Amino acid sequence: MASEVNSEETGLVFHPMDQFIVEPLFGDGPVLWYTITNVTLWMALSVVAVVLLLVVGTSRRAIVPSRTQSIGELAYGFVYKMVEDVAGKDALGYFPYIMTLFMFIVCANFLGLVPMSFTTTSHIAVTAVMAMGVFLTVTLIGFFKHGFSFLSLFWISSAPLPLRPILAVIEIISYFVRPVSHSIRLAGNMMAGHAVIKVFAAFAGIAVIAPLSVLAITAIYALEILVSFIQAYVFAILTCVYLKDALHPHH
Amino acid sequence: MASNSSEAAEAASPGMPQLDFSSFGNQIFWLVVTLVVIYVILSRVALPRIADVLAERRESISNDIAAAEDLKLKAGEAEVAYHKALAAARAAASNIVEAAKAEIKVELAAAIAKADGEISDKVAEGEKVIQEIRKDALASVEDVAKSTASALIGALGGKDDAPSVAKAVSSEMKG
Amino acid sequence: MEGDIVQMGAYIGAGLACTGMGGAAVGVGHVVGNFLSGALRNPSAAAGQTATMFIGIAFAEALGIFSFLVALLLMFAV
Repeated sequence: MASEVNSEETGLVFHPMDQFIVEPLFGDGPVLWYTITNVTLWMALSVVAVVLLLVVGTSRRAIVPSRTQSIGELAYGFVYKMVEDVAGKDALGYFPYIMTLFMFIVCANFLGLVPMSFTTTSHIAVTAVMAMGVFLTVTLIGFFKHGFSFLSLFWISSAPLPLRPILAVIEIISYFVRPVSHSIRLAGNMMAGHAVIKVFAAFAGIAVIAPLSVLAITAIYALEILVSFIQAYVFAILTCVYLKDALHPHH
Repeated sequence: MASNSSEAAEAASPGMPQLDFSSFGNQIFWLVVTLVVIYVILSRVALPRIADVLAERRESISNDIAAAEDLKLKAGEAEVAYHKALAAARAAASNIVEAAKAEIKVELAAAIAKADGEISDKVAEGEKVIQEIRKDALASVEDVAKSTASALIGALGGKDDAPSVAKAVSSEMKG
Repeated sequence: MEGDIVQMGAYIGAGLACTGMGGAAVGVGHVVGNFLSGALRNPSAAAGQTATMFIGIAFAEALGIFSFLVALLLMFAV
């Protein structure tokens, strides 16, 4: 149906979703699974950003850190403390995994804020893979560590006995909704912010509204910077929470 | 509603690019590649290095603090030693002063005694001289008296009888 | 004609779905406000609970995002 609302009379052209289209970078062929697309480009750029921050930035191994190195160390300490505080000391073995997710999401989110860029994390395909990865990892860890007693996660022994089956159903549903909310939260936040910016940008076509529109874009952009970080933080911290459930299911 | 040519190209895909399933394979493939690359880089290079740097920094900071503690202790010791040395120096100085004072006293006493001796010698000598001078003076006074007496007698027209005059004068002077 | 009616219904539905985001806004405001009032009463305990607050915000916000997603689906995908 209508992917764009085009009203020729006022000169307003809304293409809020066009920024999310996956296109081949070279040529005009179909998007096959190995085609080098703008997804590839911006994911590669986020890899470059991670490498610049955490590898090149710390290459001097300075005792008194430079600016880049201290940002890298800050990110390391931030995630490390988060894993330790939320998931517990025995979860520190999974720290590189969570750090990978966090750094990728942060870099992809911030790169998505560059004008004319492509936000890889705004795609449900991307976030769903990450969320399913977390879900499967956590579930497998739970079963490997605790065997079938992992299922006691759903059997709340502190609740009165008649309530327990009902609670178990609710717990199981909420357990399986986790990857859905986990992925849609991130994708939806990124998509919403970028779409809103695009809508306001389209309003700038009217000269009278243009200053207001630019002001609104600025404000939304500032909010988006905040959201970019907070969503990465939330994704990582929820991963830690799920990990804690898997490691210590008896609550 | 949408029927122009640019839309016709996109007609195959639904309105939301996020729901365009034909691009899912591509995105998932590249996402997996990206995550694996980041994971390998982080777990092989970045994270151990940062952990090393942080551990090194913590170590060097605690070392520095220990060194500072050590230096502080040493400074305290040095202060005590300094005070001790100062007290010793003061005691030595006062000893030296005492000794010097005593020595000077002894020397002074000797000098005073010597000077006293010399002075008394001189006084004795002077007294002797004075005695002699007085004796001389007495003798000469007798002579003058004798000659004056005989001159007076002569002037008065008496007879110059020298031995009697001399006798009289000397008896007068003794009396 | 029939398609137009369907589209109209979809757009109306999208608008109605967007009201759900207001609920998410209320929820997030409630979480942060209560956190703040608790934090002002006992500032020493606040630092340890920031993570919990963000988890709460994330859960509250996710539901708003769901309604936004429903709106988007109605707008573009139905």
